[in-house]
Formats: sequence, structure tokens, C-alpha cells
Amino acid sequence: MEYLQFIIIILFSPLIQGFIRKLKANMQGRVGPGVFQPYYDLVRLLHKDMVVSGITSWIFKATPYIVFASTAAAAIIVPVITTSYRFGMMGDVIALIYLFGLGRFFMALSGLDAGTAFGGEGSSREMTVTILVEPMMMLSIFTAAISAGSTNMARIAETQSIAYSPSHILALSAFMVAIIAETGRIPVDNPDTHLELTMIHEGMVLEYSGRYLALMEWSHYMKQMLLFTIVTDIFFPLGISTTLGISSLGISAALYFIKMFCISVFMALVESTRSKMRFFQLPSLLGGAFVLAVLSLLTYIMMGK
Amino acid sequence: MDAEYFLNTGILFFLFGAVGSLIIPGKAKEYLFVLPAIGALNLIISGLYLSSGMEMRIVSVPISSALEFVFRGDPLSGFFVTVISILVLPVSIYSIGYIKTIGNKGSMGFLYNLFILSMYSVILSGNIITFLISWETMSVVSYFLVTFDRDEKSTRAGLQYAVMTHIGTAFIIALFLILYKNTGQMDFSSIKTLATKLSVDIKSIVFIFSVIGFGMKAGIIPLHTWLPKAHPSAPSNISALMSGVMIKTGIYGFVRVSMDVMGQGPDWWGITIIIIGAVSSILGVLYALMEHDMKRLLAYHSVENIGIILLGIGASMMFRSNGLYSLASIALIAGLYHVLNHAVFKGLLFLGAGSVMHAAHTKNMEDMGGLIKTMPFTAITFLIGSVSICAFPPFNGFISEWLTYQSLILGFKSSSMTSKIISPMGGAALALTGALAAACFVKAFGIAFLGMPRSRHAGNAKESPLSMIIGMIMLAVLCLVFGIFPNATITMISSSAVQLTGSQGIVTGNWFLYINDTLANLSPVSILITVLVMFAASVLFVLGVGGKRKTIYGASWDCGIPSLTPRMQYTATAFTKPIRLIFKRIYLPRRELRISYHVKPFFVKAIKYTGEITPFFEKYIYEPVTISIFKVARKVRLLQSGSLHLYLLYILVTLILLLMFGH
Repeated sequence: MEYLQFIIIILFSPLIQGFIRKLKANMQGRVGPGVFQPYYDLVRLLHKDMVVSGITSWIFKATPYIVFASTAAAAIIVPVITTSYRFGMMGDVIALIYLFGLGRFFMALSGLDAGTAFGGEGSSREMTVTILVEPMMMLSIFTAAISAGSTNMARIAETQSIAYSPSHILALSAFMVAIIAETGRIPVDNPDTHLELTMIHEGMVLEYSGRYLALMEWSHYMKQMLLFTIVTDIFFPLGISTTLGISSLGISAALYFIKMFCISVFMALVESTRSKMRFFQLPSLLGGAFVLAVLSLLTYIMMGK
Repeated sequence: MDAEYFLNTGILFFLFGAVGSLIIPGKAKEYLFVLPAIGALNLIISGLYLSSGMEMRIVSVPISSALEFVFRGDPLSGFFVTVISILVLPVSIYSIGYIKTIGNKGSMGFLYNLFILSMYSVILSGNIITFLISWETMSVVSYFLVTFDRDEKSTRAGLQYAVMTHIGTAFIIALFLILYKNTGQMDFSSIKTLATKLSVDIKSIVFIFSVIGFGMKAGIIPLHTWLPKAHPSAPSNISALMSGVMIKTGIYGFVRVSMDVMGQGPDWWGITIIIIGAVSSILGVLYALMEHDMKRLLAYHSVENIGIILLGIGASMMFRSNGLYSLASIALIAGLYHVLNHAVFKGLLFLGAGSVMHAAHTKNMEDMGGLIKTMPFTAITFLIGSVSICAFPPFNGFISEWLTYQSLILGFKSSSMTSKIISPMGGAALALTGALAAACFVKAFGIAFLGMPRSRHAGNAKESPLSMIIGMIMLAVLCLVFGIFPNATITMISSSAVQLTGSQGIVTGNWFLYINDTLANLSPVSILITVLVMFAASVLFVLGVGGKRKTIYGASWDCGIPSLTPRMQYTATAFTKPIRLIFKRIYLPRRELRISYHVKPFFVKAIKYTGEITPFFEKYIYEPVTISIFKVARKVRLLQSGSLHLYLLYILVTLILLLMFGH
């Protein structure tokens, strides 16, 4: 049973997306679509024919499957409700980040495959954002890993119950900025836009339709929920089950969904209260977050907590 | 049948190859490249024997009482012999087809074999004289290969290479002289036993000289400026060998001198190497991003990867100084594993670039495009090389970078505060490097192989001959093999690590790696299997839910204009523009816009745009130095007036001075 915890990510990730959208709509004074709308969208897209550009190669067609597979493989590594499972043997948090990287690499290639400027623009910007995000993400993970004495996700989750030390709070702040950037949300990218000049993620997937688009979108939702899960595992693992007892799994699952709820509210709040930054202002935001990550590491090494 | 047998047989094949290319006429010369391939096969076996710790008889050829050639094999040299041979085998097969386009096949075959032999000779040298002579042979032969095309560009590149590599050699000679002066020994193993008595100051001077001398060959920043010029000038099979393995002889020499012969040093040695590694990796990849010449791009990536290797080696030295031997062993394995990986994927990428140039007749990426359709095999192998160099699982680059991350994280266990802070920062540098490399290879693969052809030549490109494809496929398979079976590889490297650190840091299980100190584990096989299972599952799921659906082919979204042309595609320059702007403090980009008008300011006749980045090191370090040398030289020229009387005066003055002070 414990081997199937990644199914939670695959199944519930569209719900998280729908929930954030609903919250955003309410905060903006709209009713908004129901929380299950992403599921309806996925099913609708899966039943559609595909329109594909004649310029594309096999990279374009393989990419949705590669992105989905690499994200799902990353989901298997992450402890969701229990740390007592053996898939953690597969890899640690560094493997996880690099599996995301694999998906992103192919997504960026697919943006260039159709030979349009929008795709290239999206790829170029996505890779640029990654350049700014990756070091700070790694550094904040390093802080957590060093304080836990391990890079294994389950070990990190087991050793610390809740982030309260100064170094963890600094690392958490950097990591949240990294998540906002990685999930393509305001102020880095606008997930609701199709305005040519501002899109990043949407630019790359512009040529996709039908089941390809469904897989790309679904992978995106999964990645978002996975990143939320990583935050809870590293910074608030409080209550995560270390055994396989039914009652502790139940408590862990309940707490997990409460944590997901809180992070979703946070994301919706950030998105509703901030405005999108100009692309070339991003280095100051992400650079600032990098400084936080550096400080968190220094704090840990100097103060020991 | 032992290491020595295979070594001798292998070397004979290379010698036959070298002599044969001079004697045998015409087309048969192409097939002579089978000989180095067989030779490499023998040397792989020999190298594996040596790296597993098997003894080899010391070969000693005394010439006179002072001059003696000594060759010796130990696990470290065995490992490097294996790395060289693993690359030489596919490159030789590739050369059979590649050589068809080259004019002077005879001298190419001769130099090719000699070049490889000289690299083996460097690795297996047992004393100072042998090492220096082999080193010099390697430099001279590679100079001839760099200038093989004999056009002006490669001649200039060759000249710069020759000058810089000899400055490096000067430092190497100096460091060996210091060692000789202080120990009175020529033989590496005798120096090693006496080196423990040397004072730290002398050792540190030797260390600094070895960083400069060997770093020049390895291409660390700021000693790298020859590399992006020389490697692309050589024919592609040679570029593959130069970038893949020749620069590794610099790493070998450094490890041999600074870690093996001199033994343990103070803690700042390792920290210096980590800093050099971090700077080289970040700046190397940043400059690579701005290159649109495919081979220069790859050459800059060699600078980057040397940086990554040095991160591992530096961490190892740092741990050793702190007495953390098992961590030192992990870090050394990380560095050496990357030596192997870089040889494989960089070799592959250079062969791919050669194949593209062969077909599209250009090195400039802005003139390529759409090659994935006309050159499917080159495209997929180049893609595998790109994924490997970006260190994505389950390919080989990931394993060594993962190990490097682990060892840098473990830096917090060392006792000094500086090491504690520097090593995780090295990890952050590695993360930045990884992200930049990914951007760079999205550009390299995406612009060159995807989209529409950007020139007529690219549109008419044809797939390369079979032998070239076989060579590339072999390396692509190796990228995967070293990525999913790290255990066997680590077992091979660990005897070198034990030799240098006296400890074994990584536990290798059947299908996974386990690092005791970070409780971290990695099982690349299961990552591969999971990704494949998930891939299959998603295909089945999509079919199951959506059923069979039609695919309609249409045009790309063009905003309603009549049709897209290749010129409207995103270019490599445009792709890297955000990065150029963000890192403008490093690039110091210059742009020039010339607009000519029919009627100013409304009717524009032509717009000419040129943009370039400032080559910082050339402009602000090398150029001033060169200029001042020339200035001094001009001053000195006054002495050489050409007047006989003046020369007679010099002789007289010298004579008087000698008589006064000479006794």
C-alpha cells in the first residue's frame, strides 16, 4: 500500500489547481469555475483530435510523455503521507530536482520544435528563470539537508518536525520564492495569460493540443503539488507517519491535506495581491531570494541551528 | 596474459597504424583506422587490469647514467589509460568515414596514432624525464593537429596554443626541478617517499606551480584562452580527443603531483581548487552560452567540465587535509567519475558536431536547423550527449554530479569554518552551472536540429556514413551504461581512490549506491525503469481514456500572416538574450546599430546590427601583457643595432667585467 502514495499526487494535483483557481476567483470577487474544472478540462482534452504543426519532429510528440513520466517518477521518490517506504532508495532530493530538470529540458526543446518565435521565446525565458531559481533552491535544500544530516527525503522529514530555527525560516522563504517561479505563478509568470509578450510556460506549450496538451497540463499540476509536498516534507513534516499503522496514516493524510490547503491559500493570496513583474526585474526578486538562501546556510553553519 | 601483454600488443597496433599510414597508398589509409581501434581495445583491458590494482612490471630503458626512461602502471594511471582507450575506440571507428573529407590522409593517420601514444606515455611515465619528454611530444603533436587545416585561423590558434602550452610546460619543469633539488630523486616513487620530509613552504610552491602548469593544459580559467580557439581548429575527430582526453592529462598530472607524489597538504590547497573549479565551471558555461559556433561552444563546455572535475578533486584534497579520509575518497571518486563521463559525452558531442559540419558545411548554428529530419542518427546521439552533459538522470553526467553534490554537502563535516562555508557554495555554483548548461544545450540542440532549415546547405544535409554513425552510437550507449550501472564503474575507480586517500567511501550494493555519511542513496536503474514504466503507463492511459484520435497536420501558429519563413524563427542570439542582459556585468556586451536612410528619419534603406561580448580575459589580461612584452622587446632591440663596432664593444665590456668579477 505504502508504495502507492504517489498516486495521491497524480490524482489530486488537478484538484489543487482547481482549488487555487477558485480561491483566486473569490478573492477577485468572481464566482469562478468549480474546483473540479481541471478534471473536466483534462477529460475533454483527452477526447479531442490533435492539430500538430507540420514542422515538428518526434521530439514534439515524445515530450508530453517524457515530461509526464519524469514528473511521475519524481512523485515516487517523495514521501507523501509516510516515510516508511522503500522507493526512497531510488534517489534523494537532488535526483528529484534533476528529474524536474529532465522534463523541463524536453519541454524547452518542444518549444523550439515548431519553428515559431513564441515557442522559442517561452523556452528562452523558462531556461533563464531556471538559471536564477536553481542555485537558491539547491542552497535552501542544502541547509535542510545539512541540518538533517541527509539528503534523503524521508530522513529529512523524520528528523525535523517543524521549521522554527532562523536558518530554516530563511531557507523556507527562499524556497517559497523558488516554488512561485517553478510553478509559473505571479509575479514571475502569469498562468492565466495568453498574451504573447508575457507568457513563459504558456509560450512553450502553445502548439500543443488534445491529449498532448492534457499531459503537459497534468504534469504541470503534478509538479506544483510535488513542490508543495517537498515544502511540507522539508519544513513542516509534523505529523507525517513514520510507520504503516492505519491510524497514524489516517492522521498523516488528514494533516497532509490541511498543509496542502494552507499552501494553496498562500499561493492564491500571493497571486491576487501581487502584480506580474517585468521579466528583467526578476533578477532582483530571485537574486534577493538567493541572498536569503545564502544567509540561511551561513546562519546554520555559524549558529548551528 | 596480463596488463603488460595487452599494453604491449595495443601499443604495437598504434605503431603499425602510425607507420602504415605513411607507407600504404591511397584509399586503404581510411581503413587503417581499424588498427588504433583494436589497439584501444587492448589498452582498455590493460587499463582495467591496472585500475583493479594488478601489478605491472616496471619497464625501464636506460639510455645513459643520467637518462633513463621508466614506465610504470598503478591504479590511477590504469584508470586514465582506460578513459583514453574508451574514447579512442569509437573515435577511431568514426575516423574511418570522417577521414574521407580530409586531404592529407597519410599525415593525419601518422599524427593521430602518435598523439594517442604520447598521451598513454604521459600517463604511464614513472620518472621526471620520461614525463617531460612525453608531455612535450604530446604538445608538439597536438600543435600539428591543431594547425592541420593550414588556414590562417588555425595557424593563429595553433601559435597561441603553442605559446601557452609551453608557458605551462615551463612551470611543470620548474616544479620538477624543485622536487629534484630537494629530494635528489628522478623517480616518482622515490620522490614520494622523500616528499614527506619536505617543508610545507616548498610543497606549497610546487602545488602552485602544478596548478598553473597543469591548469594551463586542463584549461582552467583564466588560463583557458587557448582552448576555445585550438580545439575547434582541429579536425573533429581530433577535437573529440583533445577535449575528451588530452585536457585530462592536465588533471592526471595535477592529481599525480599534488595528491600522490606530495601527499597531504594544508587545507587551503583544497579550498583553492574548489574556488578555481567553481569559477571555471560558471564562467566556462557562461561563455559557452554566447557562442554560436558549435565547436567553440563545446570547447567552452570543456572548461566548464574541468571546473566540475576540480570541484570534486578540490573537495577531496580539503577532506584529506582535515583527516576525513572516507569523505576524501567519495569526493575523489566524484571527480574521477566525471573525468570518465566528460570524456564519453564530450567526445560524442564533438563527433556529432563533426558529423553536422560534414553534412551542413557550416559551424555556425544560425545557419543550421531542421537537421533532426535529415540526420536522424546524428540527432538522437547528439541529444543523448546533450542530456548527459546537462546531468539529467538516467544518463552518466548525473551520477558524477550527484556524487559531487554529496561530497560538497559533506563539507560541513570538516573542522575549519572556511571549508564549511566554501564547499556548500561550491554546490550552489554547481547548481548554477547545471542550469546554465541546460539552457545552453536547449539552444545548441534546439537551434541546430529542430525547426526549419535556416540555410540551403542545412536543408540539403545528408546523414553521415555508417562508420561515423557507429562511432557516435557506441558513445551514446556508453553514456547510458555509465549512467545506469555506476557500481561497476565506481569499483573500478575506487582502487585509485584507496591508493590516494587510503579509504573507501561509497558502498555499492547490487543496484544502488549508498553514502553512509549523508544516508543518501541513488539507484539509477530503478529511476530508468520507473521513467519507462510511467512512460508506457501514460501512453496506455491516454489511449484507454481518449481512444484512438486523429492527428491533423497544419501550420505553426503564425498570428495570421501568410506563412512563416525560417528567418522568423527564434535564433540562437535571441535565445540567449535574457542571459546576456542578466549577466551583463560579466559579458560587457557591445552593440552597434547602423541605419542608412533614403529620407531621414522615415525611409530606412538598411539596418545593420552587430552585437558582441567583450572577451574579458583576452582584453584585460592577455592583451596588456602581450603589448608590454612587445614594448620591452622593442626597447631591447636598441642593443641590436647591427653595427659591428658596437658588438665588439659589448665583447670588450663583457670581458672586462668577467676579469673583474669572474674568479
